[in-house]
Amino acid sequence: MKSCRVPGRGRVDASRPVTFTFDGRRYGGVAGDTVASALLANGVHLMGRSFKYHRPRGPVSAGSEEPNALVGTRRGPGRFEPNTRATVQEIWDGLEVTSQNRFPSLSFDLGAVNDAGYMLFSAGFYYKTFMWPRGFWDKVYEPFIRRAAGLGASPTEEDPDSYASRNLHCDVLIVGAGPAGLAAARAAAVEGLRVVLVDENAEAGGTLLSEPHLQIDGRPVWDWLASELSVLKALGVRIMTRTTAIGYYHQNMVGLVEKLTDHLPALPADTPRERLWRVRAGWVVLAQGAIEKPLVFNGNDRPGVMLAGAAQTYLNRYGVRVGDRPVVLTSHDSAWFAAFDLQGAGARVQAIVDTRPSVREDLLHEARALGIPVKLGHTATASSGRLRVKSLRVNPVQGGRVGAPVTIACDAVLMSGGWTPSLHLFSHTQGKLAWDEEQTTFLPAETREDCVIAGAGRGLWGVQAALEDGAARGRGVAAALGKDSTARAPRVQGDRTGTGITQIELPTDLNAGRAKAFVDYQNDVTAKDLRLAVREGMHSIEHVKRYTTNGMATDQGKLSNINGLNIAADALGRPQPQVGLTTFRPPYTPTTFGALANYHRGDHFELTRKTPIDAWAEAQGAAFEPVGQWRRAWYFPRPGEDMEAAVRRECAAVRGSVGIFDASTLGKIEVVGPDAVTFMERMYTNPWAKLGVGRCRYGLLLGDDGFIRDDGVIGRLAPDRFHVTTTTGGAARVLNMMEDYLQTEWPDLNVWLTSTTEQWSTVALNGPNAAKLLAPLVEGVDLTEEAFPHMSCAECTVAGLPARLFRVSFTGEIGFEVNVPSPMAMQLWERLWQEGQRYGITAYGTETMHVLRAEKGYIIVGQDTDGTVTPYDAGMGWAVGKSKPDFVGKRGLARPDLVAKNRRHLVGLLTQDGSRLEEGAQIVFDPDQPIPMTMVGHVTSSYHSEAVGQPIALALVEGGQDRMGQTVHIPMPDRTIAATITGTVFVDPENTRLKI
Amino acid sequence: MLLIHCPYCDETLPEVEFTYAGQAHVVRAADPASQSDEEWENFLYIRSNPKGPHYERWRHLHGCGRFFNAVRDTISDRFLTTYKAGAPRPELSSLLGDRT
Amino acid sequence: MARFNALSLLKHSLTGHKNWPEQWPEAQPRAEYDVVIVGAGGHGLGAAYYLAKQHGITNVAVIDKGWLGGGNTGRNTTIIRSNYLYDESARLYDHSVDLWEDLSQELNYNVMYSKRGVLMLAHTVHDVQSFKRHIHSNRLNGVDNRWLTAGECKEYCPPLNISPKARYPVVGGALQERAGTARHDAVAWGYARAAAARGVDIIQNCPVTAIRRGPDGRVTGVDTAKGFIRAKKVAVSAAGHTSVVMETAGVRLPLESFPLQALVSEPVKPIFPCVAMSNAVHAYISQSDKGELVIGSGTDQYTSYSQRGGLPLIEHTIAAITEIFPIFSRMRMLRKWGGIVDVTPDRSPIIAKTPVPGLYVNCGWGTGGFKATPGSAHVFAWTIARDEPHPINAPFTIERFRTGRLIDEAAAAAVAH
Repeated sequence: MKSCRVPGRGRVDASRPVTFTFDGRRYGGVAGDTVASALLANGVHLMGRSFKYHRPRGPVSAGSEEPNALVGTRRGPGRFEPNTRATVQEIWDGLEVTSQNRFPSLSFDLGAVNDAGYMLFSAGFYYKTFMWPRGFWDKVYEPFIRRAAGLGASPTEEDPDSYASRNLHCDVLIVGAGPAGLAAARAAAVEGLRVVLVDENAEAGGTLLSEPHLQIDGRPVWDWLASELSVLKALGVRIMTRTTAIGYYHQNMVGLVEKLTDHLPALPADTPRERLWRVRAGWVVLAQGAIEKPLVFNGNDRPGVMLAGAAQTYLNRYGVRVGDRPVVLTSHDSAWFAAFDLQGAGARVQAIVDTRPSVREDLLHEARALGIPVKLGHTATASSGRLRVKSLRVNPVQGGRVGAPVTIACDAVLMSGGWTPSLHLFSHTQGKLAWDEEQTTFLPAETREDCVIAGAGRGLWGVQAALEDGAARGRGVAAALGKDSTARAPRVQGDRTGTGITQIELPTDLNAGRAKAFVDYQNDVTAKDLRLAVREGMHSIEHVKRYTTNGMATDQGKLSNINGLNIAADALGRPQPQVGLTTFRPPYTPTTFGALANYHRGDHFELTRKTPIDAWAEAQGAAFEPVGQWRRAWYFPRPGEDMEAAVRRECAAVRGSVGIFDASTLGKIEVVGPDAVTFMERMYTNPWAKLGVGRCRYGLLLGDDGFIRDDGVIGRLAPDRFHVTTTTGGAARVLNMMEDYLQTEWPDLNVWLTSTTEQWSTVALNGPNAAKLLAPLVEGVDLTEEAFPHMSCAECTVAGLPARLFRVSFTGEIGFEVNVPSPMAMQLWERLWQEGQRYGITAYGTETMHVLRAEKGYIIVGQDTDGTVTPYDAGMGWAVGKSKPDFVGKRGLARPDLVAKNRRHLVGLLTQDGSRLEEGAQIVFDPDQPIPMTMVGHVTSSYHSEAVGQPIALALVEGGQDRMGQTVHIPMPDRTIAATITGTVFVDPENTRLKI
Repeated sequence: MLLIHCPYCDETLPEVEFTYAGQAHVVRAADPASQSDEEWENFLYIRSNPKGPHYERWRHLHGCGRFFNAVRDTISDRFLTTYKAGAPRPELSSLLGDRT
Repeated sequence: MARFNALSLLKHSLTGHKNWPEQWPEAQPRAEYDVVIVGAGGHGLGAAYYLAKQHGITNVAVIDKGWLGGGNTGRNTTIIRSNYLYDESARLYDHSVDLWEDLSQELNYNVMYSKRGVLMLAHTVHDVQSFKRHIHSNRLNGVDNRWLTAGECKEYCPPLNISPKARYPVVGGALQERAGTARHDAVAWGYARAAAARGVDIIQNCPVTAIRRGPDGRVTGVDTAKGFIRAKKVAVSAAGHTSVVMETAGVRLPLESFPLQALVSEPVKPIFPCVAMSNAVHAYISQSDKGELVIGSGTDQYTSYSQRGGLPLIEHTIAAITEIFPIFSRMRMLRKWGGIVDVTPDRSPIIAKTPVPGLYVNCGWGTGGFKATPGSAHVFAWTIARDEPHPINAPFTIERFRTGRLIDEAAAAAVAH
C-alpha cells in the first residue's frame, strides 16, 4: 500500500502505530490521526458516496464541516453510529469503519445508475411526476422513493453507553481556541474572572496547528502554543477540547457537548460517552474562525478534489501529502501557500490556476522560485477520473470569453473559493448580519446578547490580526465586567495574509446546463439546480434552499450556503441581501441524542413517586399502574389469579369483612388562617361556613369556566383549619390554582396554603369490620355511630401514632382514612395488617377501589368527567352552594351553553344481555342509522360487579337524567348492545351499610 | 432558557424555577354575577397577545412560590422589568426609555 | 400553467430544463381586489385557490410579510390524521384527509401524501380509556382508527420499545392507517402555482400593517408596506401573527402565540415506517423521505414571537424519544427550529366570520394546522365567498367562547386522576 506520510511533518506521533479497519480491510495510521488523515496517508481518497447520484466522494475538508467523507463507526455490540465525519473521528486500535450509501461496494455502487439520469433528476423533479397512474403512488412510487432515503444505516441495538450533563457558570465563555480565542482568553483572564475556552477539536490551537512555519514572539509557533496553554491554565482558564458549542440560547446560555470516550481505544469504567454542558456566561466571545469555500465547476466533486486549506492541514498537522501531483485552483491568495507547502513536502505541484487575471507579485515570485507553473485568468471546466481525480481541464478567460482548454494531469485538485466567517452561533442569538460587499460575505452586525465576535468571524484575515482582535475583544469583555486588562497580542512572523475574489460557478466553454458543478456535495445540488429553482419562481433563498435541498445536508450549508446565495443572487440579478441568507439553526454540528437525553433515561426518564407502603406491596406481588408520576398498587394477585379473579376476591373481602388500601397518593393541602373558611367558600362550590369542627364534606372544585376540575373530601379540624384532599393527579394543579386566586385575586384574605401530600400518608380501612378492627387502636376518639358518625374527622392517636382520622367512605362500606406522618405509615400498616388477620383483612388496589366506588356511583374526576362536565351534568347539583354570592365557576356555570337543555348527564347503564361494556364505547339512541351516526354519549366506567350480580357502567348520555329506564344502544364492531339507563348508585342506595 | 428576576426574592434565576401564568392585570370582577356573557368571555379567554412588550404573570414555583408581574418583549423574550403583584402597572415609556 | 408530468419532465430534461416557466409570477399589488387574504401559508393560498376554482372569485391577492409557505406551513412535522374525538373535529379533519387523497392530482403538484399510518401510543389505563373512546367515536363517524396491542404496535413500528420495565410501558395503541405525512413545502407551492394559474396575485415580502374599515364598519382594505390595497373582503390566516393583524381591525381574539420547536436527525436508511405519537411522554416522530427522523417537541411555556425556544425542551423531547425508541440514542440531532403557533382556549381552530362585516378569520390551529390545510382552506373559501360558514366549519365560531360551547379535544384527552 502506498504511503503518503511525510516523515517529520505534522503533530501526529509516528512512533505509535494504530490499526483500524475500513470496509473490513486493515489500515495503519499513527496516534493523532483522524480516519480521514489515516486513509489519505494510505493513498485512499474514496470514502463515501453522495446522496442522490451516489457519486464517489473523498474528503473535501479536514474538519467538522465535512459533507462527503461520512462513515459508519463501530466499537463492538451496541456501539455503532452512522454518518460519522471521517475528518473528525480519531482512530484507535480496533476501530471499525464502514462506508455508506453504496451497494454492493464503495468502489462499485449500483446506485450510481442515478448519475446517468442526472438531467432527469433535476431540482424538484419529484414534485412534477410520480402522479400517474393515480394508483401507482402508494404501491410503486412512494415505496421506491422511501427506499432511497438516508446515508448511513440507523443503529439497531440499545446503546450501552451512558451520558451526563452539568451546569456551568462563568464570566467569559470563549468559543474557538484558535489565535483569536487564545488571545481573548489571555486578555480576559484577569483578577479572578472565570474564563472558559472551548474548542471542538482534539487539541487547542485552531489554525496555528496548520501553520508550523509561523514564529510568535520569536518562538516557533507550536512552542509558543504549548507555553501559552500552560499560562492560560495557570491563570485559571478552563480549557475544554473535543467540546462543541452546539447552540446559543436566551441570555447567554450556551449548550456544549463534550466528547469523552469516542477517541479512546479502551473505555474507562464509569465514564460517560458524552457530557452536555449548560453554560451561563456573563459574556461570550465567539472566535470560530472562517470556513473555506469550494469553487463551483464541472467535476468539482471527484475524490482528490479538496479544499486547499484542508490539504495544508493534512500536511502540516497530520504529516500527510494528499497528492503527489496536485493542481491548485483558486480565486484567493491563501491557496498559493498550500501549493508552496506541498511543493516543499515533496509534491510536484502541476500548476497554480487562479481565476484572477493578476495576483500579488510576491506570490508569483515564490511560485517561480519553487518551479510551479502558474495560470492566471483561467477557469476550470471539467475534471476526469472515476474513483480519483486524474486530470483537470482549464481554459483561459479573456474579456468574458472562455478560450481553448488545456488538460492538466494530476492526482489532486486543491481549490479555494475564499473564506466564509463562521457565524452560526451568532445567528442563534438572532443577531443581525450585514452584507459586506468588498468581502462578498455577511459579517456580524448586532445582537441583543452580551456577545462579541473576534478574529476571522469578523472578516479579519491572518494570524496577527486574529491575535490582536482577540486580545482587544478580551480586554473589552474584561472592561465590561469591571476589570482592567492590559494584555497585548504577541508579534507574529511569517504571517500569510491574503485576499481574493468571490466567484459564482466558474465560466465554461461547455454546456453549462449539463455541468456537474456541485454546490452542496452531499445532496448533489448543482449550480444548474439553483438556477432552475430561480427560473421556476423561487425568489427567496429559503425557497431555493427548500426546492433544491441546498444547505440541508449534514454540514447544514457550512460549505454551500454562500456559494448558493451568490449563484441565486446572480440568477435573480439582485444583490445578495435582497435574496437573504437562510437562518442557521442549532446545533452547530450534529449532536448525539444520548447527550441531549443525558441522565433522563430508563428509571430516570421521569421520577417515580412511591408511597411508604410501596415496598410492602411489591413484596406481596402487587401489580402496579402509573397514575401521574406515582406508581400505585393496582391489584394483589394470589398465585394463579388473573386481574379479574383478584379484583373479584378483593371486592368481596371489602364488602364481606374489611379491606386495607394505600391512599397515600391523594393530594393533601392544609388551608389555615383566620380567613380560611371565607377562602374555602370562594374556592369550592359547596358551603363551608356551617361545617362544624370535626366534620368533613365532599368538595367540588370548578374552573371559572364552570367545568369540574377536581374533587375530594375536606375536613374541618379547627375553625381556622381545613384538611383538603385532592385527586392523585390533581394535587399540584389544585394548589397552584388556590395560590393563584389567593395571591392575586384575594390578597386581602389571611390564609396559608401548604402542600402536605408527602407529609401525611393515608391508610384506608373499608368494610363492615373496619370499625371493629380500628376501634381498639384509637385513643382519643370513640368510634361509635354517635360519637364519630360518617363524615367525621379528628386528630387523635392510632396504634400509638399521631394521626388525623377521617370517617369517610369511597366504597359504600364503613370506612376510615388514617393519616399518619409518612415515616410512620409502614408501622401503622403492619399493625393494622396484623390486627386485621382475625377479620381476614385483605389488601386491595386501585382497580378494586374503582369497582367499589362505581357500584356506589362515586365519580372519578378525569374518568367520569373530562373537562367539559358541570356539576349538574355529573348529577351533583346538590354540591353547589346556590345561595353563595360567588365561588369559582359560579358565573361560568350560568353561560348559555352550560344551562342548555340536552347536555350530557352522568347516568348508570345496565346492559340488557348482561354483557360488560367497554370503557370509551359510544352510545346512540337509534341503532339502525347509517354511518356517520349521531352519538349521544359514551361509557365512562364499566366493571363486573359481584355485588350487583352483573356488569355495571357509568356513562355520559345526552339528557340522561330525564331518560331513566329508557334503552340506549352501544354499537360495537361485531354487534350492538342494548342498555337501560339507571341511576348511578347500584349498591345500597339508602347508605345503610355506612352505619356502624 | 430565560433568566428571570423574582421581585420577592430579589434574585435573577433560571426559567426552570418559574412557571408562566398568562397575561397580567386581567381582573376578576368583584361581583361576577353582574358580568355579561361577553364580559365573562373577556375575563376567561380574550388576551392581548401582543408582538412586543407584554404584561404577564409568572410564579416562582420552585422558590418563594409567589406570583408576580413582568413586562417582557415577546419579540426578543427580554424582560423589561418584573414587579410585585398588586404593584401599579409600569408605564411602557419609562421601561423602553431605559433601553435606548 | 405548464403541466407537470413524466413526459414534460423528460422533454425539459432534453433542453436542460431551461424552458420551465415560473410556478407563480412575482406579483405587485393592484389597487383593488375582491378578496385580500393575509398570510400566504397553506391555509391562505389554499383558500385563494378554492375561491378561484369553486366560487369563481379570481380577483384575489394573497399577501405575506415574508416568503410564501415560510410560516408554520414550512416548519411543522407534517403529520396528517383525522382521528379526533368530537364530531365537529372529526368532520373537519376527515374532510381534509379526503382532499389530501387527491391533492397531487388536483394541483398537478406532487405533495407526496404518504399514508404510512399514525400510531398513537397508550401507556396508562387512562390512555386506554381515552383511546378507546376515540376509536369508537371514529368508527361511528366513519373515520378509520383501530386498537393495537403492544405486540401489534411493535410489529407495525419495529423500533418501538415495548418492555414492561419501561418507565411508561406501552400497553397498546390506536392506529389510523389512512393517516400519514406529506411534503409541507409542496403544499404551499402547489396551491400557489394552481392559484396563480387561475389569476390570483401572490404578493410576498409585503407586511400588512393594518386592516382599514369604513364609516359603516365594513372593511375597506389593508395598509401594507407597498401601500393601501382596497378590498371588498379581507380574510386573515396569519397563524401566530393573527392577533396582531386582527387587533388593527379592532377585533380581539381568544388567542395566545407560543413558540413550538421541532427537530430532525441526520438522515439514515429507512428504519421508521410510520408516524408514532405518545402524548403521555410527549414524543412525536416519523422519518422523512430524505431519511431524517422528524421529531416534534412541545411548546415553551411563555408566549413569544421569537421563534427561538430553549434547550430544556429539546432535552426533554429527545429523552422522550430515546425512552420509547432506545435504539436511536446514538443518532444525532441535525437541526432544530421554531415556529409560532396560535392557540385557542379549547385547542380547536376558529374558521369564521367576524363581528366586522367583510372580515373573516382562520386561526387557532395550535400545533396541528398542517393536517387540516386542504379542508380548512376549502371551507374558509366557502365562508368568504358566501358570507356564511360551510356546515363543516359552522361550529368553529368565535362566539363559542362566549356561550361555552367549546370543542375541547384537549380536555377530553387529558386530566389524570
